[in-house]
Amino acid sequence: MSAYRVHRNSQRIDSQSPLKFTFDGKQMQGFAGDTLASALIANGVKLIGRSFKYGRPRGIIGHGSEEPNALIQLETGAYTVPDLKATQVELYHGLSATTTTGFPSLHFDLKGMAGTFARFMPPGFYYKTFMGPVKAAWPLYEKMIRMAAGYGRAPVEADPEYYDHLHHHVDVLVVGGGACGLWAATLAGRAGLKTLLVDEQNEAGGWMLSDASARIDGKPAMQWVNERLAELDSLGNVTVLRRTTAFALHEQNLVQALELCQDHLPIGSRNPGQPRQRLHKIRAHHVVLAAGAIERPLVYGNNDRPGVMTAAAGQTYLNRYGVAVGRNVLLMTHNDAAYDAARDLAEAGSRVTLIDTRLRGAADWRQQQAKQAGVELMLGYGIAQVHGKTAVSGAQLVQLDPFTNTVRGKGPRLSADSILSSGGLTSTVHLFCHNTGRPYWKEESLSFVVPDEGRQGISCAGAITGRWELSSALAQTHAATSAMLAGFGRSTHGDCPQGDEHEVAATRRLFRVPDGLAEGHGAKAFVDFQNDVSAADIHLAVRENYRSIEHVKRYTALGFGTDQGKLSNVNGFAIAAEALGKPISAVGTTTYRPAYTPVTFGALAGSHKADTFEPRRYTAMQASHLKRGALFETVGQWMRPWYFPQGKETMHQAVDRECLATRNSVGVMDASTLGKIDVKGPDAREFLNRIYSNAWSKLDPGKCRYGLMLDENGMVMDDGVTACIADDHFHMTTTTGGAARVLNWLERWHQTEWPELQVRFTSTTDHWSTTAVVGPKSRAVLQKLCSDIDLSAENFKFMDWREGTVAGVPAKVFRISFSGELAYEINVDACYGHYIWEQVMAAGDEFGITPYGTETMHVLRAEKGFIIVGQDTDGSMTPMDLAMGWAVGMKKPFSFLGKRSLSRSDTVRSDRKQLVGLYTEDPKVVLTEGAQILSTPDATPPAAMQGHVTSSYHSAFLGRSIAMAVLKGGSQRSGDTVYVWAQGKMHPAKVVSSVFVDQEGVRQHA
Amino acid sequence: MFQLHCPHCGATREEEEFSYAGEAYIARPANPEEASDAEWGDYLFMRKNTRGWFWEQWQHTAGCRKVFVVKRHTASYQIAGSWTLAEGKAHYLKESEA
Ligand SMILES: [Zn+2]
Repeated sequence: MSAYRVHRNSQRIDSQSPLKFTFDGKQMQGFAGDTLASALIANGVKLIGRSFKYGRPRGIIGHGSEEPNALIQLETGAYTVPDLKATQVELYHGLSATTTTGFPSLHFDLKGMAGTFARFMPPGFYYKTFMGPVKAAWPLYEKMIRMAAGYGRAPVEADPEYYDHLHHHVDVLVVGGGACGLWAATLAGRAGLKTLLVDEQNEAGGWMLSDASARIDGKPAMQWVNERLAELDSLGNVTVLRRTTAFALHEQNLVQALELCQDHLPIGSRNPGQPRQRLHKIRAHHVVLAAGAIERPLVYGNNDRPGVMTAAAGQTYLNRYGVAVGRNVLLMTHNDAAYDAARDLAEAGSRVTLIDTRLRGAADWRQQQAKQAGVELMLGYGIAQVHGKTAVSGAQLVQLDPFTNTVRGKGPRLSADSILSSGGLTSTVHLFCHNTGRPYWKEESLSFVVPDEGRQGISCAGAITGRWELSSALAQTHAATSAMLAGFGRSTHGDCPQGDEHEVAATRRLFRVPDGLAEGHGAKAFVDFQNDVSAADIHLAVRENYRSIEHVKRYTALGFGTDQGKLSNVNGFAIAAEALGKPISAVGTTTYRPAYTPVTFGALAGSHKADTFEPRRYTAMQASHLKRGALFETVGQWMRPWYFPQGKETMHQAVDRECLATRNSVGVMDASTLGKIDVKGPDAREFLNRIYSNAWSKLDPGKCRYGLMLDENGMVMDDGVTACIADDHFHMTTTTGGAARVLNWLERWHQTEWPELQVRFTSTTDHWSTTAVVGPKSRAVLQKLCSDIDLSAENFKFMDWREGTVAGVPAKVFRISFSGELAYEINVDACYGHYIWEQVMAAGDEFGITPYGTETMHVLRAEKGFIIVGQDTDGSMTPMDLAMGWAVGMKKPFSFLGKRSLSRSDTVRSDRKQLVGLYTEDPKVVLTEGAQILSTPDATPPAAMQGHVTSSYHSAFLGRSIAMAVLKGGSQRSGDTVYVWAQGKMHPAKVVSSVFVDQEGVRQHA
Repeated sequence: MFQLHCPHCGATREEEEFSYAGEAYIARPANPEEASDAEWGDYLFMRKNTRGWFWEQWQHTAGCRKVFVVKRHTASYQIAGSWTLAEGKAHYLKESEA
């Protein structure tokens, strides 16, 4: 056990509040304020995972969202969360976590032991495997690789916790609660602007939480931080959200942020009345990005061994969590800032050797401080490779050439139990770049940064602009925020806070520490730990002629992981730039996309799940349907009765019974869900002429007509019956699912092309309840309920409608039929829907009236060859394809929508797919809908498909199966035998008329 | 995920309330029957696919149902403004001439 607890005055853990937790089943102890990572390190845990490709042992590298290795599975059962970064999990009492990688176990790893897969998995492994000669062997590897490559396990039980969304509209959103973000929020708050500050951490302060020596305005920085927080708290116009990560920035400054409301609490103590996580959708007039920077490591041999970390992580674990990461620490740096980590560790009692890659080292004052603390300095050296396998045991040093990044000579071999490195800082530019912004390479900062001046609506403050010194970061923040306030017409209240001014020596421009060997010949030097991308892999990708950094990324998987390359990207770009012989500014960055850190599906869904995912619509007859045992299906958002099983009936038996009852006596169906649009105005009739393919000029009040609606391509898009109420008033019906679409369609054509037509549209779908009484006895049923409408065949003909009262209720009765039977649709105010339904049921009792649902409706209409738009059509069928030329008024004076397209060369082809009926040779076979049709039974693939089955049912009335299909040249193929591939067999079928029952239409005219 | 201003409602609302309704000011040929297949095909299928400032139609489908025009940058998603069809057409024609 090399890491150990120390007491630091700066520490944010409460050593009086010990917390018990388990890791891989082992009992451990940490303290309130710990992260799981800090507690694990304090408990001596070094090995925490196995790498993705090579199965190399891995430990914790970072201290926050940049962590690539320490992915853990938190909790079990319904509460389990996969792939959390241990560095971001706040410790709570009773926490239980397990490792996620390493098959069959962490300490006995197949990949690691045999190294078998490494040979097979160069960059582009998947690409090469699928495209190359190994293809045949893929199935052999696949199973093993899938088992070995997995990370965490997704929960399989329903999530017992809930999530919600909150919308904000603010003047200023500040992203980041470090010193710069706090100052920007303070100025905005003092200026009276509605201000929201979000910060990822459990407490604000950012790097000030780690840097115990930082001072602002002459006092310890954390004291200044606390003063700011108290001031923000006192301002009524400022809100501070902790544990809230802004993960995406979209158009017009919409920022999404995830707040972890209860993840830090023991599961048993969480408030079930509060969400686990909350997604904030923040629309801000102005965004201040103060997201700071993340330290990246240097790239050197075996830099992935457990015990290797960033210097910032070492400093953070020490000062914030009171954990010294090693007793014998090597720290390699190319910059001054990392001296602070060395100094602090030495002060806390560790033996620290600081390996500065620069011959002259840091500014004098820092060298003095380090030496005084007991740090041993080695200037002009670098680490060639780390020793130790499952834990660091030491390192081989090399002497570096002071001017070129090459090796000048051998160095000593040092022992160590912890190795830290600092390769400089990388600005957290992600949010700036989510919405078209690009960062630029700032050579003096050795980072891609965002511009000082931000852009329209966005200010950038502090380290995100490449300012690493607190004093200059605060000065830039002050200037940028003042400029923003001026834009709001507000003034700046307060002087710029002063950070201590330090002399700083120049940084060495170094990413890959040379080991004296050609790339690929020494120990593996990792750039991206989560995806096992080494410096050699990037060189290989460039050798294989991948020139664009976007291609290098995809070929090597650089930056693909859940850490999104926070540690690895800049090193990767720099190494690629060197291999390409281009400046890094010319190589550029890959594209930054949301999310900055992983977001749970639960938070994204919020309350939009289960019953609240989509509204359900019920008709006024719902209670009647439930009472009679209906099963339901969803059509659009409507819950429609599907069928009404009696006793132990199967669906097949129930539908047979419902069909026969309707054809032989009387059935009843709830047709309320059909879309209804009231079309009114002096030009209503002309409008219908233009929007429908049929002619409407001669439709008198009291009459109905079936209409086909085409799009401009001439394809059928909707259909329905429209009734003429008065010369300037029509009642249009649409398909159940098409109601909203059709209404928008009517509006668009009216507004954009024919605004001169005086016509208005009103959706009346919910206003009417429609009870369809269907079958030979339907007239008899209606006669019992209705005395003021002459129902005789002579005076109330098929496709007429009449106004009157049914069971005393004002009603519009339409004599229309979707079954081919004598039928009436009773439309009443929806408030009476349930009453009328029950009255019809009572009146029909003596005839054995039978309620039926959508399934029987489908069979009845298919027996008559009536199409369902969207089932028998797919947006590529013209009325002629459907043998519905009778519904096209080619002589209408106005060129109705779609007309011109009906004479295009493609729409007049004779070999188009056309609607036909099919009779299978075996009448018992019900073909599968969607089944493909072939011309010969012995076709071998690839065979030309002739069409497909669109509707297929067993017809109890006919005592056999029927099918509708679209078939190439089908209108000319009546009597042909075709072959349908369904249920693993070829079924011969005869092409017949798609009207199977009552071709003369006698029944509906009865 | 932008917000649009409906010139009819006079309100700025979330994109979810609106439906995209294609490129603006594509006039339907006055006499479709006289259009050649190529001309009709142009009207049906050919669109500018502009990268840059673009005049497009939006419909306030979950609001007033009105169609209006928006001048939007297809790469940056900046929005220059919204107008009724008639007002927008004047701007559009002026720009087309320039
Ligand atoms: Zn509107």
